Amino acid sequence: VAEPAGVWLYAITEGIPATGLSRLVGVGGMPVRAITSAGLAAIASNVGLDEFGEEALRVNLDDMTWLEATATAHHRVIDAMSRAQPVVPMRLATVYSGDTKVHAMLGQRGDDLREVLSRISARQEWGVKAYAAGVLAVGLGASAGGPGRGLAGSGAEYLRRRREELVASKQARQEVLVSAERVHQALSRLASASRLHPPQAPVLAGTRATMILNAAYLLDEARHRQFSETVQQLAAQHPAVQLQLTGPWPPYSFASLEKDGHAEDGQ
Amino acid sequence: MTSGLATTGSGTYRPYGSGIARGREPANLGDILERVLDKGLVIAGDIRINLLDIELLTIKLRLVIASLETARDVGINWWENDPWFGAESSNGSGSSELKAENRRLRNRVRELESGGNGG
Repeated sequence: VAEPAGVWLYAITEGIPATGLSRLVGVGGMPVRAITSAGLAAIASNVGLDEFGEEALRVNLDDMTWLEATATAHHRVIDAMSRAQPVVPMRLATVYSGDTKVHAMLGQRGDDLREVLSRISARQEWGVKAYAAGVLAVGLGASAGGPGRGLAGSGAEYLRRRREELVASKQARQEVLVSAERVHQALSRLASASRLHPPQAPVLAGTRATMILNAAYLLDEARHRQFSETVQQLAAQHPAVQLQLTGPWPPYSFASLEKDGHAEDGQ
Repeated sequence: MTSGLATTGSGTYRPYGSGIARGREPANLGDILERVLDKGLVIAGDIRINLLDIELLTIKLRLVIASLETARDVGINWWENDPWFGAESSNGSGSSELKAENRRLRNRVRELESGGNGG
């Protein structure tokens, strides 16, 4: 039997997947299948190396249209799988040369993979972003461009106003930062683990507001309601920031094999 | 309406008061890219990840670099333990160094490739 040209991995699950794989469509429109070994299943698609090989990926990953389609397909498969059972999502563009190599990987990394699976079992990832609520953007604009320059009657007048702007914007920033910190602390207490990601660029986030906090929380399923209620309360308590809750996500942010950085509160 | 609650300009997210306990909300592309490119389990496959890293890094920088500059202005730096940004943790010019390095590597790859074709 000929090996496929390339095997693209989406996720690892334990045992035989509960989801009907035949209903899923993978990257490049390819069908999705399971490669099982050592009690684990790698969720995978056969892919052509003309599109998903090393050379092709180098070009294609730089093509936003291709990247959007591929990332979305990758995510959809993982998302569908994660509704039915715990999954360890794989980073985009994890490609093996054949099933044999996947079997070998499952055998070698089996213990690590089972450990990650047990950590995320019956838990889901939720994202919370905090944006500066207006004031900050004005402050930054003023310090960058000096919009009032043309109206200033004199150098002294300009300097006075500039000083006032700086003081006001410094206070606004401080309030925003403190608010974001408190929000994160309060939400971390409800989570079994949390991660802080870099804030996204405004164009990516689809907003002009400055993102201050981009956090992910791993939550027990029983805590979802309490968590979203807490987000609402925090939003009311901290008008300096706007909060946005996303999820549930497959546990992308908690799929690492590293043990450091995990705030297992054991609550 | 309610102060402190945000939805994105594209309208893909509803305020979370509505139906959060029911099904999933549609995820926006930025959130998906951030997660599939930068999170998730990293196990080296058979494609050579060292070359791919260059490309992924380019995308990563494109996704977040604008926000990093703004964020530094504001005084936040709490992602700097992120291995992706390890190279720039020592000073503020790291991202441009990373870009320059990236450019050098790309040019080098291009040189090598064109040299191979010519011979």
